[in-house]
Amino acid sequence: MGAVPLAHGLVVAALLFGLGLLGVLVRRNLIFILLSIEVMLNAAGLAFVIAGARWGQADGQVMFLFILATAAAEVAVGLALALQFYRRLGSLDADAAAALRG
Amino acid sequence: MPATFYAAAVVAVAATALAISRKNAVHGLLYLIVSLLAVALMFFAVGAEFVAALEVIIYAGAIMVLFVFVMMLLNLGPQSVAQERRWLPRRIWAGPLVLTAVLIAELIYGLASAGPTPAGAAIATAIDPLHVGVALFGPYAAAVEIASMLLLAGLIGAYHLGRSPGERS
Amino acid sequence: MLYWLWLVPAVPFAGFLILVLAGRRLGRAGTAVVGVGSIAVATAIAFAIVPPFLALPGPDRVFTQTLWTWMRIGDFTPTVGLRLDALSLVMMLVVTGVSVLIHLYSSAFMDGDEGYARFFSYMNLFVGSMLVLVLADNLLLLYLGWEGVGLCSYLLIGFWYRDPVNANAGRKAFIVTRVGDTALAIGLFLIATHLGTLDIQLLMARAAAAWAPGSALPIAAAALLLGGAVGKSAQLPLQTWLPDAMAGPTPVSALIHAATMVTAGVYLIARTHVLFALAPPVQFAVAVVGAATLLLAGCSALTQRDIKRVLAYSTISQIGYMFLALGVGAWSAAIFHFMTHAFFKALLFLGAGVVIIEMHEEHDMFEMGGLRRDLPVTFWTFLIGSASLAAVPLVTAGFYSKDLILFDTWSSAAGGPWLWLAGLVGALLTSLYTFRMVFVTFFGERHRAPAGRAGWRMTLPLVVLAVLAIVAGFVELPPTLGDKPYFTGFLLPVLPAVAAIPARALDLGRLQIAAGLVSLAGIYVSWLLYGGRRATVTALMRHPSALVTRRFWFAGWGFDWLYDHVFVRPVVWFAFADRHDVVDRIYDGLAWSSRAGWRALSATETGRIRAYAAGVTIGAIIITTIVIWT
Repeated sequence: MGAVPLAHGLVVAALLFGLGLLGVLVRRNLIFILLSIEVMLNAAGLAFVIAGARWGQADGQVMFLFILATAAAEVAVGLALALQFYRRLGSLDADAAAALRG
Repeated sequence: MPATFYAAAVVAVAATALAISRKNAVHGLLYLIVSLLAVALMFFAVGAEFVAALEVIIYAGAIMVLFVFVMMLLNLGPQSVAQERRWLPRRIWAGPLVLTAVLIAELIYGLASAGPTPAGAAIATAIDPLHVGVALFGPYAAAVEIASMLLLAGLIGAYHLGRSPGERS
Repeated sequence: MLYWLWLVPAVPFAGFLILVLAGRRLGRAGTAVVGVGSIAVATAIAFAIVPPFLALPGPDRVFTQTLWTWMRIGDFTPTVGLRLDALSLVMMLVVTGVSVLIHLYSSAFMDGDEGYARFFSYMNLFVGSMLVLVLADNLLLLYLGWEGVGLCSYLLIGFWYRDPVNANAGRKAFIVTRVGDTALAIGLFLIATHLGTLDIQLLMARAAAAWAPGSALPIAAAALLLGGAVGKSAQLPLQTWLPDAMAGPTPVSALIHAATMVTAGVYLIARTHVLFALAPPVQFAVAVVGAATLLLAGCSALTQRDIKRVLAYSTISQIGYMFLALGVGAWSAAIFHFMTHAFFKALLFLGAGVVIIEMHEEHDMFEMGGLRRDLPVTFWTFLIGSASLAAVPLVTAGFYSKDLILFDTWSSAAGGPWLWLAGLVGALLTSLYTFRMVFVTFFGERHRAPAGRAGWRMTLPLVVLAVLAIVAGFVELPPTLGDKPYFTGFLLPVLPAVAAIPARALDLGRLQIAAGLVSLAGIYVSWLLYGGRRATVTALMRHPSALVTRRFWFAGWGFDWLYDHVFVRPVVWFAFADRHDVVDRIYDGLAWSSRAGWRALSATETGRIRAYAAGVTIGAIIITTIVIWT
């Protein structure tokens, strides 16, 4: 059984995180934005798990569990918001909610 | 199992890239499930079987099912794909791509230039659920409570936000 | 009974409060009852205090009543305290006595005016403030009363404020007196800083102990107090406001601008006479100011056509006499003249008010004429007042007070023949312009019929004041005429006697004869000029130099012109040139830059989530960069 260098694992996490960020920046559809946020959260969890494995500690996995809980709560609220958004504005266009423009 | 890890990593990155770029939300969701399964495989490869299982059950299972339900409620049809096409012209990708590329490059540079100590190898030693459970309900008990409260708040918030406008409790 | 002293100023204040708060609901009769009644009650209390005061032991009777401590700042604890001594008793009695008569007169004079309640509320406030001024035992409380009467003067001059001329006259009076008041305030600061107290008696004791006569500090303090007195009493060079103050209702002119407020400067100097005695140059300046003012104002009074302006210049001139007396150290002579002047000048103003009302608001004397048969009571009382003002010998109060001043000026070590001569010439001018006024108004051709509006409430005060204008002089009989100096004797504990040169004191008889002759000569000359067909005057006025002089004197020696060009216009010009205030540019710049910053920042608030996310990303990049490359 070989070993994966920590840096490689973290690079993968960084790549996934970057892709999630790219999705948030590019997409106008709220569902995709939420989806991209899931990707970013997942990438953060990956980084924790890899680092935890590097040190042979359970803390990384514990942190992943907390991220999981946060993601679940976030998705529940986020999707409810998306539903309400669609009911009120008739679309999922994030740019349509520009009432806070200065 | 480095080979498994790297293979899963390539799949994860590719599936994620596809997931965020699909016009059809359902397609994007399916690619994301693939990505999540790949990440679960990576967890398994570094010996974190417990979280790998949770990743499959909760992320790829529960959370993604939630997404699917919402999409069903929103009833996104072919016209939404056309809309996505309008919303995503090619030029819109340029700026975000540059920004993320810079950020990733910096992160990778930072990882590559770090000293030898943190850049050790992730030993594929299994950290079994027992250890995780002991840590979770030992030093992290307070955090577990907070997480439970967060979930409760999320539940109530989602219930409140999800009601129809005219609906009164 | 003496402890009722605080009620004397308190009752008018209470009347003021009632009239201010409930004036509209009281109606005319109620307003008059409250307005006149409060003053009548205060007067009754003031007179009731006299017997217990006289029963106090010792020659220097003093009663002090500390009501409360105003503020406590370290050792500086000014109290709201009243002090009743011979001087303040005289002032209090004159103020309340004249006030009640004028209030009674006003209740008829102001009848039909829409501001009836407002008028009486101001008048009550004035009387209360004036009583605080004369009864205060420290200079801070005195200053409160001082400013209070100034405020009431402003309010009452501009009483008919709908006419901008009246409002401007009020403003002018307020601003010009403000010059003096500022000097007074600085003087108070100086005294409080160096002597550590504003209590008048303590202050004078400390000043006499700490300051050498003629040293710089007492000179500065006395000069600053003199500045305040000059402003309030309309003396040179701040006299210009008083003739314009005639824009107010006539009872106001009688009460404030003749009998009481304008003499506050005289009272102030008499009150702090120790300070002035320590500063001989300033005291001499007081005399010179008085002499110059009485001459200048006398000349101006000769040329006026408006009956009230004649009286206004006459008031300035008579207060000049009081200043002359103060300047030569004849303190009680000044107060004596203040008292008689209060009676006869109030009488003259009230008489003029009757004439003006009967002539349908006509102020020009030359439009009147021949009124002695139409208005007999007014004529006789006015004649008595005029005789008193002109100091007709032996029978009038004005003779005794003015004669005392002239004699003291001659005999005092601080006075001398020149000042005496100025006073004598002033006496000639006084009888000239006074009887010019009488002859023009009451003799000669009748121009129009009187309106017949003056009732008993207007004539009764005239009669009472006319009696006072005669008998008030008999309280001080000079050595040649009975030698009964009750008045100066009464004031002696407070105001020391004149430091006379014994050799000159022997000239009293000759001086009196001279003064009497001058007075009678003035009357005779004015009868020659104005009694008949005035042919001589008309001929005299044709001469170009006479014309120029008349114009010059009519305009009050051009002081208004001078101040207008030296002070008012440059200030107005500067204000106009700087109407977009230079300093404001800085603040405008601040406002502009913050507005620009707001615009720039609010442009970033696009309301687009993705833009915000991009901002977060850029921030993350910057922070990562910093972390990696540092």
